[in-house]
Amino acid sequence: MSQPASSLLTVLDLVPFGQSNGLDTQFFALRLERPSWTAWKPGQFMMVRPTSFGLDLPWGRPFGICHMTAQHLICFFQVVGRGTQRMAALKSGDKVQVWGPLGNGFAMEDKPTLLLAGGMGIVPFIGYVHEHHQPWNLTMLFGHRQPLNCYPVDSINERITVDSLRESAVGDLDNLIFSLRERMADVGEQNGLVLACGPLPFLKTVQQFALELKVRTQLSLENKMACGVGACLGCVCQSTENYPVAAKRNWPVQVCTHGPVFWADQISLD
Amino acid sequence: MDLSVTLAGERPLHLKNPVITASGTFGYGVEFAPYGDLTSLGAIVVKGLSLKPRSGNPTPRIAETTSGMLNAVGLQNDGVENFVRHTLPRLPWQELPVIANIYATEPQDFAELGAILAAEEGIAALEVNISCPNVKQGGILFGQDPRLAAAVTKAVRKAAPNKHLMVKLSPNVTDIAAIARAVADAGADSLACINTLSGMAVDVRSRRPRLANVIGGLSGPAIKPVALRCVWQVCNAVSIPVVGLGGIASAEDALEFILVGASAVQVGTANFFRPDFAFDLVRELPKACEKLGVHSLEELRGSLRV
Ligand SMILES: Cc1cc2nc3c(=O)[nH]c(=O)nc-3n(C[C@H](O)[C@H](O)[C@H](O)COP(=O)(O)OP(=O)(O)OC[C@H]3O[C@@H](n4cnc5c(N)ncnc54)[C@H](O)[C@@H]3O)c2cc1C
Ligand SMILES: Cc1cc2nc3c(=O)[nH]c(=O)nc-3n(C[C@H](O)[C@H](O)[C@H](O)COP(=O)(O)O)c2cc1C
Ligand code: FES
Repeated sequence: MSQPASSLLTVLDLVPFGQSNGLDTQFFALRLERPSWTAWKPGQFMMVRPTSFGLDLPWGRPFGICHMTAQHLICFFQVVGRGTQRMAALKSGDKVQVWGPLGNGFAMEDKPTLLLAGGMGIVPFIGYVHEHHQPWNLTMLFGHRQPLNCYPVDSINERITVDSLRESAVGDLDNLIFSLRERMADVGEQNGLVLACGPLPFLKTVQQFALELKVRTQLSLENKMACGVGACLGCVCQSTENYPVAAKRNWPVQVCTHGPVFWADQISLD
Repeated sequence: MDLSVTLAGERPLHLKNPVITASGTFGYGVEFAPYGDLTSLGAIVVKGLSLKPRSGNPTPRIAETTSGMLNAVGLQNDGVENFVRHTLPRLPWQELPVIANIYATEPQDFAELGAILAAEEGIAALEVNISCPNVKQGGILFGQDPRLAAAVTKAVRKAAPNKHLMVKLSPNVTDIAAIARAVADAGADSLACINTLSGMAVDVRSRRPRLANVIGGLSGPAIKPVALRCVWQVCNAVSIPVVGLGGIASAEDALEFILVGASAVQVGTANFFRPDFAFDLVRELPKACEKLGVHSLEELRGSLRV
């Protein structure tokens, strides 16, 4: 894994994605000049802080690294608050401080692997699907609220089967949860792997099924972060007695450095 | 340009330059090694250490506010023994003064921490946190009462007679000069000024506080005017060196603190702007001086025209 670095990068362009219903949700692909680091693992992330944050927004924001070429680095984001709102105004030529690659990344095995994505939780799987040597072993279940074209699913669709379920009416969520459990049980029987990324309630459901069905499952958390490097202790989650490092069992561990990906039985999401 | 600074006194502390990283914002230092040369810094103050490991407060523990942030981390740390045994050896302490920030709820525990750290060659100085507003039991009391503040200072002074002793003041007091004098008289070698301001943030939609602890410590650019005022008052009240901090976000900010009388500065929340901030600040300082036509920090220090 490459050593993380911090650099001031130039925005190449910002491309809006799809059309969303509400006025307050917007989706963008942000294309940046390539940083000095090139090696990264799917599931790792970076901190992004446009110079336009000035002094009034002190923190960078964490985003999944999803694609890098010799020329550029791409991330996808949804506008949800002050920071992403300001990011939605980025123009080519603007400067953005980026530090990464951060965190640990997902496990990759030559086994049937079920990818569970909720909303923008799909982002880390773009890189995952492209890096995996056996794409035929991968399937994805994608739950989302906005129209499918708001999300960067195309490049995943090209390589693996994606079953998407839009949550727009009452009962949709129950359907999603039902298929979630069935699919997890299937993969479990094949001694496969489940990887999940999405909002907290979604991860809690996946975790509950993982423990119940005893399926090897990894969860990627999206806690609020200030530093991204393990220093502020603001992003912590509680580990369980199964945590591999003895000194850190039943202890708050930094999601930015010990995660964002954790085995489902090693953390508590309560 | 020679940026070196000595926090002069009986146990002088020599710094290559006046840039010190503030406790709780720079981890144990090792977290920032990928982003710059630690030994280029003036010194680092490590995350607050307590006698026993502490798991800290429930989450959410941090909240971003306009031009600042609130934290109620609750001094989560691995305990002094773990630090001394496992982390200190990983720091380049031969070339970089490592300052241990210590926290306790009783003078006796402060003394015990002082004694443990006094025996460590790798520790250049102790910074006593008498001002943490985040922890429900105690803490705040020491920093708000001149007698208690002096008692803690004396206890650590006695337990660690060989170490430079810096006492970190709280701004959450009515007369910071009085506390400063009490601490200086009790044997502190220098003062760090200021710790976070007590504050809170609420979410009007959920009608909940944005910190689980409800109240937390405000830091970042928002507090700089308060910090400058405190440093100014403290510098006028005592003759020992004062290290200024609170909201520093540029080289010019750092020079403002030196202008009102600080010998050196600490950077805290700005380390979250980007992990290479402190390293860049060291490089930017001489340039900022040049712009002002200033040839040494000495020329600027305490030269405020009033
Ligand atoms: C490892 C990791 C990877 C991630 N990857 C991605 C990714 O690839 N793409 C992506 O889109 N996101 C990703 N996220 C999430 C992303 O970081 C957040 O959406 C982003 O930081 C939000 O920043 P913001 O300033 O816009 O929102 P914030 O202002 O921080 O607000 C976040 C939430 O709080 C609410 N809120 C806003 N203001 C207030 C207020 N004053 N009081 C109370 N609540 C408020 C908002 O409604 C919102 O729900 C990732 C997160 C992590 C940890
Ligand atoms: C997340 C966080 C943790 C902190 N932890 C400590 C600590 O353990 N001990 C201490 O004395 N000060 C602690 N502080 C206070 C800072 O060292 C500093 O005094 C304060 O943040 C003001 O400086 P700033 O505005 O440059 O951040 C902490 C601050 C923050 C933001
Ligand atoms: S974001 Fe600061 S410790 Fe994880």
